Amino acid sequence: MKIFIPRDMAAVAVGADHLATAIAAEAQARNIPLTIIRNGSRGLFWLEPLIEVATAAGRIGYANLSVADVPSLFESRFFEGGPHDRCIGVVERLPYLARQTRFTFARAGVIDPVSLDDYRRHGGYRGLETALSLGPAAIVAAVKESGLRGRGGAGFPTGIKWETVARASAPRKYIVCNADEGDSGTFADRLIMEADPFMLIEGMTIAGIAVGATQGYIYLRSEYPFAIRIMNEAIAIATRAGWLGRGIAGSRFDFDLEVRVGAGAYVCGEETALLESLEGKRGQVRAKPPLPAIKGLFGQPTVINNTISLASVPFILAEGAQRYAEIGYGRSRGTMPVQLAGNIRHGGLFECAFGITLGELIEDVGGGTASGRPVRAVQAGGPLGAYFPPALFDTPYDYEAFAKRDGLIGHGGLVVFDETADMAKMARFAMEFCAHESCGKCTPCRIGAVRGVETFDKIAAGIEPEQNLALVRDLCETMKLGSLCAMGGFTPYPVLSAMNHFPEDFAAKPLPLAAE
Amino acid sequence: MSGLKTMVATAATPAWNEAEAAAIIASHRHREGPLLPILHAIQAAFGCVPPEAEPLIANALNLSRAEIHGVVTFYHDFRRKPAGRHVLKLCRAEACQSMGGEANAARLLATIGLDWGGTTPDGRLTIEPVYCLGLCANAPAALFDDMPVGRADAARLETLVREAA
Repeated sequence: MKIFIPRDMAAVAVGADHLATAIAAEAQARNIPLTIIRNGSRGLFWLEPLIEVATAAGRIGYANLSVADVPSLFESRFFEGGPHDRCIGVVERLPYLARQTRFTFARAGVIDPVSLDDYRRHGGYRGLETALSLGPAAIVAAVKESGLRGRGGAGFPTGIKWETVARASAPRKYIVCNADEGDSGTFADRLIMEADPFMLIEGMTIAGIAVGATQGYIYLRSEYPFAIRIMNEAIAIATRAGWLGRGIAGSRFDFDLEVRVGAGAYVCGEETALLESLEGKRGQVRAKPPLPAIKGLFGQPTVINNTISLASVPFILAEGAQRYAEIGYGRSRGTMPVQLAGNIRHGGLFECAFGITLGELIEDVGGGTASGRPVRAVQAGGPLGAYFPPALFDTPYDYEAFAKRDGLIGHGGLVVFDETADMAKMARFAMEFCAHESCGKCTPCRIGAVRGVETFDKIAAGIEPEQNLALVRDLCETMKLGSLCAMGGFTPYPVLSAMNHFPEDFAAKPLPLAAE
Repeated sequence: MSGLKTMVATAATPAWNEAEAAAIIASHRHREGPLLPILHAIQAAFGCVPPEAEPLIANALNLSRAEIHGVVTFYHDFRRKPAGRHVLKLCRAEACQSMGGEANAARLLATIGLDWGGTTPDGRLTIEPVYCLGLCANAPAALFDDMPVGRADAARLETLVREAA
């Protein structure tokens, strides 16, 4: 009898480890032979801890469990899929899961993340095998044909990046995975690394073969201790099995991979700051050009891609570029793992084709707010993304459509706020966050953010609110046009969108009466 | 249950030991870009990156002491002195804010009389801000030592803090 209990950080955060211990103990006490597999999460986080039982009818789920439920689970013979008030039936048939198009996250929560056999049984390494038979030039061509764009934020075509590195001639080249997923409301990278780490290893290996790189680094943020542990475990297993190292899978290609742990700096999610950090310096942004593809890590040509981008590659090679390209919307091809977070009833990961509207995602898929109050705002694309009011819920999820409405898709996070949100406070927070996390290299970001906080404080205190609001707009313009990277350049998105869509929150408030 | 092992209070932080630090540095200096791994390892051993470590690292990597100091102070993770026996990191990012994280944090800090980054006088607990733990669908979130905490309402945080020995 096989029971699946996630080892995912979010599942553990709501009690999965305690549950696993209690179920194992109860099984032993009752002399019931159970095999507990610590799988990844399916990404249906509002149901965690969600355990599953393999039955002839499929995997039956029991959701939102606590240790107190364990005796009754055994009484109900849950290990055979027995009825229980926490039972949610066959997990694959849940509408939330059934209506997704899971290309990249197909194995998430299904397999044991550190079992190479499980990975292979579920189609793992088929992409690499195809890649080895195609050879470098054809791999690059396939990635270009798939239409895959960088999933980290900027949306730059991945194939073109790879082509530039492939054409560069240098003694050494690198593949760098940007796993510094620092945006609030995003957890797709974490899910990949904790639920299906071999997929990322496979994607990076394919990238190495495509461009002639023999060394890869995963720059992984320190805030993800579980992902660090699981990735290291998986790399060791893949190396022992010959999927990494010299002569990968008996081929003439070599590729080594190492996890490097960040040190708590948001700006290191910016690719050039990340490279500086990997080199052992302060994570300060570099001016571009030269592009990292020409002169990247240690001055060598470097492919630096987001975790989701690299993890999308095995599917593209295994299933064919066409299969990926044929779904999507406009120039946004393939799928996007949308991350529903914050004040939302059904928070989790929803992988779907581009083109679904923002409103469908929030109201229909996400089920509205967790608090039950009306939605006030949705921040799309992380702390540097715009706030959308419900009036813009008809916006299709697509890079260009979001840009047209002064927003961004970014890394795919959506953070929902209910009517109690104070948007002036959120605008001030955006500036405060920028001041806290600025690398300090360029003046608009370093000083602009500090001035932004001060100006918002004056507005809140009722000091010349109109002039000061105009000053914030002017400051935003300077930061947008004058900053070296997205940290200062995009901070105006949350600030201006809050001001434009929720002007009532910025109106002069009556001065508080003096204390008696 | 690996996530739980650090629930047990860790032993007092070992005192600075130059020979041990030198050995740590030597074990990493062959790597490409060794500085961050060295700093992490030093902090793991001594609970912080002591000022005494800076000239040692500078020498080994053939960098100036100012450069090492610049890197140590740039990153939020590196401490100048050891934290309390337990560290509670509370997420202050937007998703947690949307679920009342700020109010919970304010209440907790007021209850135990700490400010962000502060340590209780008995050295039991340090409370630090963190900006996103990737637990945004189970907000508000916290990290207590190595144990993640989701749906961390005020009562749950207070229990954690009370039980921290």
